[in-house]
Amino acid sequence: MTAPAAAVRGSAAVPLPYRVVRRDEETADTVTLALEPAGEGLEPFRPGQFAMVYAFGRGEVPVSVSGVERGGSGGRRGERLLHTVRAVGAVSAGLHGLRPGDGVGVRGPYGTGWEPAAAEGGDVLVVAGGLGLAPLRPLVRELLARPERYGRRSVLLGARTPADLLYREQVRAWSAAEGLLVGAAVDRPGPGWDGDVGTVVALLGRARFHPPDTAAFVCGPEVMMRATARELVHRGVPAHRIRVSLERTMHCGTGHCGHCQLGPVLLCRDGPVLGWDRAGPLLGVREL
Amino acid sequence: MSTPAGGALAALTAGQRERLAALAREAAFPAGARIFEEGEPADRFWVVLEGRAALDVSVPGGPRPVVETLGPGDLLGWSWFFPPYVWHLGAVADGPLRVREFDAAAVRVVCDEDPVLGYALARAVGGVVAHRLKATRMRLLDLYGPRPGGGAP
Ligand SMILES: Cc1cc2nc3c(=O)[nH]c(=O)nc-3n(C[C@H](O)[C@H](O)[C@H](O)COP(=O)(O)OP(=O)(O)OC[C@H]3O[C@@H](n4cnc5c(N)ncnc54)[C@H](O)[C@@H]3O)c2cc1C
Repeated sequence: MTAPAAAVRGSAAVPLPYRVVRRDEETADTVTLALEPAGEGLEPFRPGQFAMVYAFGRGEVPVSVSGVERGGSGGRRGERLLHTVRAVGAVSAGLHGLRPGDGVGVRGPYGTGWEPAAAEGGDVLVVAGGLGLAPLRPLVRELLARPERYGRRSVLLGARTPADLLYREQVRAWSAAEGLLVGAAVDRPGPGWDGDVGTVVALLGRARFHPPDTAAFVCGPEVMMRATARELVHRGVPAHRIRVSLERTMHCGTGHCGHCQLGPVLLCRDGPVLGWDRAGPLLGVREL
Repeated sequence: MSTPAGGALAALTAGQRERLAALAREAAFPAGARIFEEGEPADRFWVVLEGRAALDVSVPGGPRPVVETLGPGDLLGWSWFFPPYVWHLGAVADGPLRVREFDAAAVRVVCDEDPVLGYALARAVGGVVAHRLKATRMRLLDLYGPRPGGGAP
């Protein structure tokens, strides 16, 4: 279990002011916002961690960090946080509607990360469904930046339609990267689609990996993560080497309020990223 | 071991695979070639070695929607295993395709003669069908849709 002290480092109870400096439309309902600190910035985020992002006048929701950029002013103060937000309700729609220059409040970093160091020396699978690619993007960047540390690397993506695939330009660039297998499957193809049709789970059959030494990082709708993890276990990947990111309603982000409790686990503190050896049994339990 | 080494027939013993191999040959389809057509007799089946095949459906007056794609290691076609041995979908080579092509009638005869092999193959084919059914059910949930069944971070 991650020590709470480490997980909640830098977690001021009060959000720090950030400013939207860029807004990129990803799909019909999803944007990526680049946020720059108005003053002091937050501590650095590790891949897989999330922030509590506050849309003024609307409320606060957990959002993963989908990337980090060096800002104009340089140094940690200027570090930009990228958040990819899908408008599903009041708060997320509020964030989705922000424009460059608008302000938000941000707390964090919170939660456990993907921790790719444990994957070094073995094959790596990144399996993302839909918006699940957002928290995994920083991990893919790590795999691209330090290929020598890992064995065979595969990134498998699932989406509803080709138009719903996130970061299409970047995914194209990843496909061209040496030694990285990139596969994408959609439920409903359209004209001009040259990827696969089907579930992302079926793509596992295309990837090359030596199951006992493989580390898998999986994020997407819970049904998709369960199906992926079960298939990986069936193929011989050890459950503790399969890391999934779980989502439950979160409120405080610091493991105090209990909103995100799943069995013995407080997901904002002990998660959202957990090994399948712990997550699997918990997902069999509907509500505790 | 490295997936997808054995592919769809991986669960068979080496001896069983050898017996089937005697009824198979390597074949290739150029991009766009039709492999089989809905309603035709299912007299062959394939295991994909390289490339991708698309399963499609004929709809009147429009382009043929692709319902699923298959890649290396996948079994292409299972209608040959169950009466009335007629394809219920079409299949086309989605790019250059290299396959192992089996003579379905001959394989069925061998299965009748050697029920142990027949049972092993029935389990393998049944496994493939079950997998595709699970995948289809998952897609029916429209997980990535506006209100996903599970919620996505
Ligand atoms: C650790 C963690 C990381 C997350 N990372 C991201 C991220 O990177 N990007 C992102 O967009 N979201 C992310 N989420 C989800 C995000 O927090 C929720 O979408 C948000 O809390 C919804 O709040 P709302 O007020 O907009 O909608 P609500 O009013 O709370 O909900 C509106 C409707 O949408 C439904 N809904 C709630 N959550 C979702 C969802 N995730 N998908 C679809 N429908 C939903 C509700 O059931 C309800 O019907 C993450 C959640 C967690 C726990």
